[in-house]
Amino acid sequence: MVKIIVVTSGKGGVGKTTTSASFAVGLASRGYKTAVIDFDIGLRNLDLIMGCERRVVYDFVNVIRGEATLNQALIRDKHTKELFILPASQTRDKDALTLEGVAAVLDELGKTFDYIVCDSPAGIERGAQLAMYFADSAIVVTNPEVSSVRDSDRMLGLLSSKTKRAEEGKGQISEHLLLTRYSPKRVANGDMLSLADVNEILAIPLLGVIPESQAVLRASNSGVPVIVDSESDAGQAYTDAVARYLGEEVPFRFLQEKSHWLKRLFSFKEKEAV
Amino acid sequence: MNIVSALSKITNRFRRPQESAKFAKERLQIIISHERTERDQPDYLAALQRDLLDVIAKYVAINKEDVHVELERQEGCSILELNVVLPKLQAE
Repeated sequence: MVKIIVVTSGKGGVGKTTTSASFAVGLASRGYKTAVIDFDIGLRNLDLIMGCERRVVYDFVNVIRGEATLNQALIRDKHTKELFILPASQTRDKDALTLEGVAAVLDELGKTFDYIVCDSPAGIERGAQLAMYFADSAIVVTNPEVSSVRDSDRMLGLLSSKTKRAEEGKGQISEHLLLTRYSPKRVANGDMLSLADVNEILAIPLLGVIPESQAVLRASNSGVPVIVDSESDAGQAYTDAVARYLGEEVPFRFLQEKSHWLKRLFSFKEKEAV
Repeated sequence: MNIVSALSKITNRFRRPQESAKFAKERLQIIISHERTERDQPDYLAALQRDLLDVIAKYVAINKEDVHVELERQEGCSILELNVVLPKLQAE
């Protein structure tokens, strides 16, 4: 049975596309056949983050309008087997996405795929509503910052009422919090909401904490999802989050400030002395 | 005077700034709990309140703030609570 995941946040720029890309790579590299769909019609960007922008021929809206088949529009990922990308259209037509059209595409994908990751646009307009409508579970991407937390709470309200599952009384979709751009140093200084603060306010299960990291910009610069950079803190944090999503118990990392190299040196000496 | 301000500038430099995350958390808790109660109310509640106000205003001079409409959900049923504060009755 296919599982549909929506990556959402309300607020823009918090890391939805970065998360969608890394999550899709993570699931596919576990052997699950995965499709990742860009719902941000008019502002296509998932293709850039996935590094396939020059291979886009047909898009989501072409498929909905019957101008191309799904197989023609799906782009096979260069690095990860079992991973396919369905890019957004660059049309300015706001009504290009329809409920029936999205349903048909998801139905067809559902016949052969294990996971479908829906990269939601920011805001609460049609694209965002359709991205969440058919979802079985939601990853709510949040920055430890007031406007992002508030918008995430708004999205949680929509997720509990404006999805197919909710409307048909089939129970709530599962909600997961992913805290991104987390800076343990600023938390320690008292200038950033802590994980415990955000957890207390939003009160949904925590899927992962992605530290603020140079690796994320490097990854988007080069068009390779950050999870592929297995040396990086952010990449490892995404790998952990995917494992947790699949039900594994993984301890949380990168919640403490990295200690200074001098400190580490001294603690090493102390250990030696004992 | 100049010395005092110069000194306070220097001491300020060493003082820790206020921990702003605490304010962020407090403000969020207040606004989110407010928005959550609004979220659970059906869309027609505002319109209902307006219509009720119009009807009552036909008979009694009341202000917008004097009519409170609230919907409380309990298991199995919802209770629509209407609270109208009437002005002091004058002996006719």
